[in-house]
Amino acid sequence: MVKFFHHALKFRKEICIGCSHCMNECPTQAIRIHGGKAELTDNRCIDCGKCYMVCPVGAIIVEADDLSRIFDYTHRVALIPNILLGQFPEGVSISQICSVLMEAGFTHIFEVEHGTRVLEDEMIRMMEQKELPRPLISTFCPAIVRLIQVRFPMFTDNLMLLKAPLDIAAMYYRRKLEEDGASPADTGVFYITPCAAKIAAIKSPVGEESSPITGVINMDFIYNKIYTKVKQGLSGKGSCCLPAMQPLQPEEMVWSLTEGESARMPGRTLAIDEVSNVIEFLEKMENEEISDIDFLELRACDQSCAGGILTSGNRFFTVERLRMRAEEAARGNDSMIYDTAGDSIRDHSDYLNEHLKVTQIKPRAMDKLDEDMEQAMLKMRKVQEIMKDLPYVDCGICGSPTCNSLAEDIVQGKAHVNQCIYVQKRWEQEGKLQPKESMEILKEIWGEDKF
Amino acid sequence: MQFEYNVDGGNFTRAGFASSEIKKILKKLNVDIGIIKRTVVATYEGEVNIVAHAYSGTIYVDIDTERIRITLKDEGPGIPDIDQAMEEGYSTASSQVREMGFGAGMGLPNMKKNADEMQISSEVDKGTEVEIVMFLHNKE
Repeated sequence: MVKFFHHALKFRKEICIGCSHCMNECPTQAIRIHGGKAELTDNRCIDCGKCYMVCPVGAIIVEADDLSRIFDYTHRVALIPNILLGQFPEGVSISQICSVLMEAGFTHIFEVEHGTRVLEDEMIRMMEQKELPRPLISTFCPAIVRLIQVRFPMFTDNLMLLKAPLDIAAMYYRRKLEEDGASPADTGVFYITPCAAKIAAIKSPVGEESSPITGVINMDFIYNKIYTKVKQGLSGKGSCCLPAMQPLQPEEMVWSLTEGESARMPGRTLAIDEVSNVIEFLEKMENEEISDIDFLELRACDQSCAGGILTSGNRFFTVERLRMRAEEAARGNDSMIYDTAGDSIRDHSDYLNEHLKVTQIKPRAMDKLDEDMEQAMLKMRKVQEIMKDLPYVDCGICGSPTCNSLAEDIVQGKAHVNQCIYVQKRWEQEGKLQPKESMEILKEIWGEDKF
Repeated sequence: MQFEYNVDGGNFTRAGFASSEIKKILKKLNVDIGIIKRTVVATYEGEVNIVAHAYSGTIYVDIDTERIRITLKDEGPGIPDIDQAMEEGYSTASSQVREMGFGAGMGLPNMKKNADEMQISSEVDKGTEVEIVMFLHNKE
C-alpha cells in the first residue's frame, strides 16, 4: 500500500508493554496489538498524539531533529511559537528565555506569530469570495487537515488552501536574511514545536512541495534546557538580539489559542478544539444537520496548541499567560523588546502572497472496505455475518479496538474470528477449540510473557 | 444490500440518525463523495419530514452496484396537495418546529433537487411514501 504520510510518532517495540491504552484512545482506530506490541497502521494515523499522551511507559516517541544539527549552518534561526513563552511560570522573563536560546547556539530568534498578519489578510480575502464553499475550514492544525483527508474526505474542498503562520514566518525571515547578505544555503530555520503533527507536516507537507523549515526541535527538550539554566542562575544575563521588527499585535499573540482565528474572521464563525469534539461536529456537518456557518477553526488538542503533546506547562496556565501578555501588549507593555522603527511583515506581502497558497489537498478516505464497490459490498455482507458472532462489548482482547474493527480486520484478511474471547469460550464449550489452542491465540496477540 | 431504520415522529433529538448510518455505509462501499453528499442531504430532509409531521416511519435502503434506492414510508397525516408541498417555501410546520430551525418549506424541493429520481405518493390520514433513487454511474 502506498504510504501517504510521514509520521513523527514512532512506536518503540522494545519498550512497549502491549497495554493497549493507545489502541483504545486512537480517534482513527489506527492501532492494533500483535505479539504483545502496539502496531500502527500508517495511513490511518493523523499524528494527533493521543497515543503519546496515554502511553504509561514512554514507548511512543516524537522523532525530531537533534539540536546539534543547527551548527551545520552559519545563520541559525530559532522559530519560536508564542506557546513556548507560555510554558514558564511568572518570574521567568521572555528575555531570559531568548538569551538561553542564543547561548544554546542560535543566532536569530523569530516569533512564528509574525506570520499571522499576512495570513489573516489573505484569509479575509478568501472569506469575501462568495463562490468558495462554506464553511471555509482553517488549515492551521495539520492533524485536522489529515483527519479531514482520511475521515471526512467530502470536506477537503472546504479547506482554505493556505500555509501555516510558521511557514510564512520562515519564508519571510529567510528573505530578510538574504537581503542582508546571508546565503540561503548557510541559513537554517529551526522550528520549536509543541506537537508531532507540525513535524509530520514539515517533513511531508500536504499540498506544498517543500518546506522553508530546515528542522524541528521538540518543545519539551528546549523547555528543560531553558528551565535548567534559569534555575541554576546561569542565564538571563546575556543580551538577546531580536530582529528590527514591528512588535506583535495582541491578536497575533493569541492566534494559536482557541478562537485565535475565529475571532478575526468575518461572518458566523465557530472554534472547536480537541479531536473527539471535532469529529463529533464534522459528523453532524456531514449529515447536513449544521449549516450557515462561514468559518470553522478546528484544532486537534484541547486548548489548541497550549495543549500540544510536547508542552510541559499546564495548558490552562499557558492560555492565561498568553492572554495576559496580549493584554499587556494592548496597553503598550510587551516585554519582548523590538526595535519598532524596523520592518513590517506587510511590506513583504507581495512576495509572501505569491508563496502563501498550497495546491490541492486530496481526500485519502480510509473507511472504504474495497476500491471496487462490488467487492466492498461482499465484504460488508461478511462483516455483518461476523458481527452476529461478536458480543458488541468492544473489550479489545482480540487486539482490535472494537468488535466492528475486528470484523473488518477479518474481512481484510488481517485477523481471525477466533481472536474474540467470547467466540473462544463458545467454541471451547462446543468442543471446536481446545483450551490449549485458545491460550496460544491469546499469546499471539498479547505476547508470551503475559501468561 | 438492504437496510432498514425506524424513525419516531416528534423525536428531533434523534433526527438524522438514519441518514448518518446510511452515510457510514456508503463511505465503506467507496461510493463517490459527491453522490454520498447528495444522498445524505436528501435522506436527511426526508427523515426530518417524518419526525416533524408523521407518527412513525421507516426508511428502507436498497443498494446495488448501479444505484441507491431509499424509500421513506410513514404513518401520518399525509399530504393533501403534493404539488403545493413541492413548492419551495411552502410549509405547514408549527412555529415551535420553526424555532428549532426546521420547517422552512424546503424539505421536499431540496430532496428533489439532490435526488436523481424522486417519486411521492400520499394518502390523507394514512401516510406518505417518498422514494428517491441515486445513480452510481452517469447515465448517458
